[in-house]
Amino acid sequence: MDKTINITLKVWRQRGPKEAGKFETYKLNNISTDSSFLEMLDILNEQLVNEDKEPVVFDNDCREGICGMCSLYINGHPHGPDSEITTCQLHMRRFKDGDTITIEPWRSAGFPVIRDLMVDRTAYDKIIQAGGFVSVNAGGAQDANAIPIPKRDADLAMDAASCIGCGACVAACKNGSAMLFVSAKVSQLALLPQGKVEAARRAKSMLAKMDELGFGNCTNTGACEAECPKGVSITNIARLNREFIWAKLKD
Amino acid sequence: MWLKDSSIGRKLLMSISGLFLVLFLTFHLVMNFAMVFSPEKGGAYDAICGFLGANWYAVAGTLVLAVGFLVHILYAFILTLQNRKARGNNRYAVTARPKGVEWASQNMLVLGIIVVLGLGLHGYQFWAKMQLPELAHQFGMCIDENVLSNAAYGSYHIAQVFTNPIFVVLYLVWFAAIWFHLTHGFWSAIQTIGWTNLVWLKRWKTISNIYTTLVCLGFAFMAIWFYFTLQ
Ligand code: HEM
Ligand code: SF4
Ligand code: FES
Repeated sequence: MDKTINITLKVWRQRGPKEAGKFETYKLNNISTDSSFLEMLDILNEQLVNEDKEPVVFDNDCREGICGMCSLYINGHPHGPDSEITTCQLHMRRFKDGDTITIEPWRSAGFPVIRDLMVDRTAYDKIIQAGGFVSVNAGGAQDANAIPIPKRDADLAMDAASCIGCGACVAACKNGSAMLFVSAKVSQLALLPQGKVEAARRAKSMLAKMDELGFGNCTNTGACEAECPKGVSITNIARLNREFIWAKLKD
Repeated sequence: MWLKDSSIGRKLLMSISGLFLVLFLTFHLVMNFAMVFSPEKGGAYDAICGFLGANWYAVAGTLVLAVGFLVHILYAFILTLQNRKARGNNRYAVTARPKGVEWASQNMLVLGIIVVLGLGLHGYQFWAKMQLPELAHQFGMCIDENVLSNAAYGSYHIAQVFTNPIFVVLYLVWFAAIWFHLTHGFWSAIQTIGWTNLVWLKRWKTISNIYTTLVCLGFAFMAIWFYFTLQ
């Protein structure tokens, strides 16, 4: 038989971007430790609906750690107390009977709250649109196997490409800086021959967009790397700094 | 100008000015050791003080140093204010420092302010009694004979300050703040320039710790040494 626990939730409720929010406390009984964190929130919402109350709004989609939608700040950590997993991969066995769990939205000027625990992360899309791509001329693409890439570069690019754009790095950062995300998106292309062509332009325009959208100045605290569900390394930030400084010096 | 208009540019100003201050700190430490080996009036330490004095190169050096400090302090406040704004008005109810995040890295401004206070005291006790009166004298101001005759003797001023236990303790607190500031600041400055990768990031962190500890221990040792030997 599976184990069940009783928990208390403190959840941030906010009706809209401009309205003041506050914490509401809810009690949940007999939650299976085998359920996932988001399933636990589904149970809470079912309970709220049955009581004729407004359910808690939170983002989620794939529930398997690949889409980056789930974005909850749980007990002081983006994506909860476990390391290198997303909120949707967090399970209730991580908590004990009688625990109080505080759930907050990402808090950052760059990610305004839409409602309750859901924040507006279109800023990330705008940064990608500013240069996070490779321009391809019309016609057939070159056979990938015809372009040799050193194993080391391929690995580093793959590691950078594991970023799912969830925004935990911004949520964790005391400076509200998006450098880990931007550096991952710059690195995944800058390391490969296909991306090198536009590397300087990309670094400059993505960083300019990041600054314009009001994200902070990185001071290398490393909180982003520690909380990133994909373990993206801050050495990517060093690569972005290099790319950017070189590009500016060459201008 | 990208140095002040982009976040990486502003960080680079912080980093270069910080590294410059680290370099200065190192020279200062080396110079101080002369006082350990030759504390007598007119000894090696006083020779260095006499060589620097209010000569044009020493004044130029002081000016460059002051600019370094000003840029660093100015941008410390600008960056911290911008970063607070980027964080937004709503603070988290629960926060936890993630594993691997240094305490110092989250308190650089506070540490810096302690450093400035120490700097004020240090400037008042040494610079204002050594280079300043000589400069004022050169500009034709009337300076007390006593003050002027002691101005070139660093050993005299060191003895004045470090025989007082209260000042020894204040200086030790100052060195501790510098230690915290630099264990993070040193590798952070290198990371800002972009000179790290998976291997070198760890190495730079280790180098920061060892280097900062040596420098701060050196200064602390001397403060205590002077207290016991110059009584
Ligand atoms: C002995 C004097 C000092 C030295 C050697 C020094 C050195 C450094 C270094 C190397 C950095 C790292 C730069 C980077 O990460 O790119 C730094 C950062 C910083 N310093 Fe200083 N500093 C000194 C004094 C001060 C003072 C007087 C203040 C301010 C009142 C200050 C405030 C800061 C702040 C807020 C940072 C964090 C910014 C960041 O990490 O980017 N420092 N310092
Ligand atoms: S770098 Fe990590 S924390 Fe930041 S958006 Fe990408 S996956 Fe999320
Ligand atoms: S819901 Fe897709 S990563 Fe969590």
